[in-house]
Amino acid sequence: MSTDLAIILPEIVLALYAMAALMFGVYTGKDSTAPTILWATVGLFIVLAAWIGIGGGGERAAFGGLFLDDPFSRFAKVVILLSAAAVLAMSAEYMERRGLLRFEYPILIALAVTGMMVMVSAGDLLSLYVGIELQSLSLYVVAALRRDSAKSTEAGLKYFVLGALSSGLLLYGASLTYGFAGTTQFAGILSTLHDGAPLGLTFGLVFILAALAFKVSAAPFHMWTPDVYEGSPTPVTAFFASAPKVAAMALIARVSHDAFGGVVKDWSQVLAALAVVSMFWGAIAAIGQRDIKRLMAYSSIAHMGFALMGLSAGTAEGVQAMLIYMAIYATMNVGTFAFILSMERNGRPVTDITMLNQFAKAEPLKALALLILMFSLAGVPPMVGFFGKFYVLKAAVDAGMTGVAVAGAVSSVIGAFYYLRIVYYMYFGAEGDVVESRMSPVQWAMLVGVAAIMVLGVVNLFGIEPPAAIAAEALVR
Amino acid sequence: MTNLLSIITFIPAVAAAILALFLRGNDAAAQRNAKWLALLATTATFLVSLGLLTGFDPSNTGFQFVEDHEWILGFHYKLGVDGISILFVLLTTFLMPITILSTWEVETRVKEYMIAFLLLETLMIGVFVALDLVLFYLFFEAGLIPMFLIIGIWGGKDRIYAAFKFFLYTFLGSVLMLVAMIAMYMDAGTTDIPTLLNHTFASDTISVMGFQIVGGMQTLLWLAFFASFAVKMPMWPVHTWLPDAHVQAPTAGSVVLAAILLKMGGYGFLRFSLPMFPVASDLLTPLVFWMSGIAIVYTSLVALAQSDMKKLIAYSSVAHMGYVTMGIFAANQQGVDGAIFQMISHGFISGALFLCVGVIYDRMHTREIDAYGGLVNRMPAYALVFMFFTMANVGLPGTSGFVGEFLTLMGAFQANTWVAAVATSGVILSAAYALWLYRRVVFGDLIKEALKTITDMSLRERAIFAPLVAMTLLLGVYPSLVTDRIGPSVTALLTEYHAALPAEPAAEAAHN
Repeated sequence: MSTDLAIILPEIVLALYAMAALMFGVYTGKDSTAPTILWATVGLFIVLAAWIGIGGGGERAAFGGLFLDDPFSRFAKVVILLSAAAVLAMSAEYMERRGLLRFEYPILIALAVTGMMVMVSAGDLLSLYVGIELQSLSLYVVAALRRDSAKSTEAGLKYFVLGALSSGLLLYGASLTYGFAGTTQFAGILSTLHDGAPLGLTFGLVFILAALAFKVSAAPFHMWTPDVYEGSPTPVTAFFASAPKVAAMALIARVSHDAFGGVVKDWSQVLAALAVVSMFWGAIAAIGQRDIKRLMAYSSIAHMGFALMGLSAGTAEGVQAMLIYMAIYATMNVGTFAFILSMERNGRPVTDITMLNQFAKAEPLKALALLILMFSLAGVPPMVGFFGKFYVLKAAVDAGMTGVAVAGAVSSVIGAFYYLRIVYYMYFGAEGDVVESRMSPVQWAMLVGVAAIMVLGVVNLFGIEPPAAIAAEALVR
Repeated sequence: MTNLLSIITFIPAVAAAILALFLRGNDAAAQRNAKWLALLATTATFLVSLGLLTGFDPSNTGFQFVEDHEWILGFHYKLGVDGISILFVLLTTFLMPITILSTWEVETRVKEYMIAFLLLETLMIGVFVALDLVLFYLFFEAGLIPMFLIIGIWGGKDRIYAAFKFFLYTFLGSVLMLVAMIAMYMDAGTTDIPTLLNHTFASDTISVMGFQIVGGMQTLLWLAFFASFAVKMPMWPVHTWLPDAHVQAPTAGSVVLAAILLKMGGYGFLRFSLPMFPVASDLLTPLVFWMSGIAIVYTSLVALAQSDMKKLIAYSSVAHMGYVTMGIFAANQQGVDGAIFQMISHGFISGALFLCVGVIYDRMHTREIDAYGGLVNRMPAYALVFMFFTMANVGLPGTSGFVGEFLTLMGAFQANTWVAAVATSGVILSAAYALWLYRRVVFGDLIKEALKTITDMSLRERAIFAPLVAMTLLLGVYPSLVTDRIGPSVTALLTEYHAALPAEPAAEAAHN
């Protein structure tokens, strides 16, 4: 028992911290304590990330296989924690200035992150479900953080209803799986798959994957994404676009390899179809968007398509490609949202991309940083975003899915159009109302730092490749 | 010096970084400093690159000045030049100082302008010296970014449409090439270009979705590379981005585009398509031949109908690139030698022609042919220079334009007489549009009011043209300056190429 607890210690620390912070907030100054709690949470995230990242410790299972601690989960956790910390840190000033900084906000984020950490470590359909629900319920609330705004409450409600639907799908799939496999444990399910999956199990698998596709907002399960991205307060949108996506994507990898590793063929075509639809829909639907938050929503759909393409290869290489892709994606999003957070005019936040007209004249450095990020999101070398796409395409071609790879390549050209359009407004748009960019030092550091990472990463990708390879090897045997 | 190529490649990038990080302010002094630093860096790059010429051994057909370092994912940072690529490097370093000098009068965002050009130079040199597929792709693609900005920020009226068209067209071509590169990596297990040159890709007929693909994997890879290089070249019918981009780009942008960026397509054919996929190249040669033939005749006719000077020269570029593709795929010594020669010579001539347009555009701010006439009365020096390059463009013997055209036609004649015959008609057509343009702009009476006060070329402008005139003449009367350097490498390439072909077609060709 005590070894079990030792394995799950980081999650326990985080959960206890969240509860203690809640008590502290409630019994002391309420919202006046919010900045303290926020920065404490950021600090804790970073400490935990360092602990998990440096700690190591091979592969261990706790609670009879409910909870797994392996290089794969550790890699995902580090990415989740760091991106959550980054988003939280850069949202502080924005929320404070707009009176949104309630003490519940960092606590809810901490709880959501706890849920994500359980998700990526899940070794059983039940712990998986518990993790997802803990994450989702916290996120529903933060989506509606701006209580007096119709759009924000609409976003929260929409997210909740569709999230509940996907949870229902997940539970239904889990019950089918349990019915046919006789166990909810991944290792147990895997051992029943020696001679192909019975029809019921395939059904269960498809339901589970559909539910998880909701969580990563892969088309055609993406409908909630643009509305929720648009309606939520921008820092919350930034959060949605990073850590939860990484967690859900890791979860798909976990379920498909740990539980259904014996029937790779069955799920790889499902994921490939999701990938192709997402990449194209994300690229095409974004063309008509004028709102940068909606645009980033479609952009994230397209990026999820790419990550799914890596997974659909069904190989360790594919998982590695997905992990690298998600790490790069989360980083790029942090940088981009650091800028979106700062967009305002006359003190009011704006999200219309036409307001970026000639921004480069007003603020050359910020414009340059955003230019680098846009080219990186579009996957143009030598930016790091290109390497994410390269790994994924390589995994797909290696697995014999050249058709999917070609589709992905073509969709990235369509997608390049709308990233370029942002550059176009900034650098060669007409003179007109130009956005003001008011940044806290943290936001500025995030934007410029991420842009620098995108350029300098060409040297060796900051050594992300070996740990991702180890993580993938741990999952795919 | 073991890392000479790295130094040549990255001097401009370092200068760009210095400009970006340390040059503050936007006053006249800062602008002047930016210009001088850019000129200094590009000149230094050129001087250092002369070291390549002295240290280069033409009889060695392998790669020289090789540098090799580990990079991510088993890729290598590997640079090197052989007879095919060395002259492109020199062409780039030679033209860049001239380009910078030609933009001396630019006033908007001077610092950014110089940074864009310096970065572009690094990326262009990188394309020609990269000896790793991924590194090559990196340089090849990254060049789109500065060019997109150059067209978009400093371009003409419809610059936005042109910039997007340029970017998306070339990007689409390249991503298909990327997938093909990954497939090659999977097949050969390496991205090292020298190794890949010796690797034989499968060429057995395969069936994909019910289609029988003759030449198998080679054909598919060849087509993917073709998608990229044909757009870059550009070949008919995917050339339509070029006139738009040229017309909208600032003069220096047009020069770089025509003189250097277009050569990447031809270089790609020589480096990848021909030696790596010989069977597919042989199979698809008729396609390239006829596309080239159509390009030469059709775009020449289109050029005749243009009323915008830059557009006319842009179409003329497409026609001249038609000779290049024709020469390359003739796959004999004259053809390939001629193609490389034509590319080098076109670099000087088309660059100079765009500069000629730039000279009068700077004065009159219009490129409409009808707005000019009788310039010879006010600008005798200009008329002389313009005539020289018009004649070189037509292919007058004694200029480098003649050698390239003649060699490619001779090569093509041996491979496919009909295409050579069609292409030869392009020589006449090019004389028609070029001379007609010259007549309308320079000759006649000076009746336009606005032109009455136009001034002849300044000293700076004369200095820009002097080296171009010298090179065009020099290569025209002494072509072995080029052919001696490329000859052995081309011979080696063609020997390998013909050895890799299946026996029957080769025997058949010999019989014919």
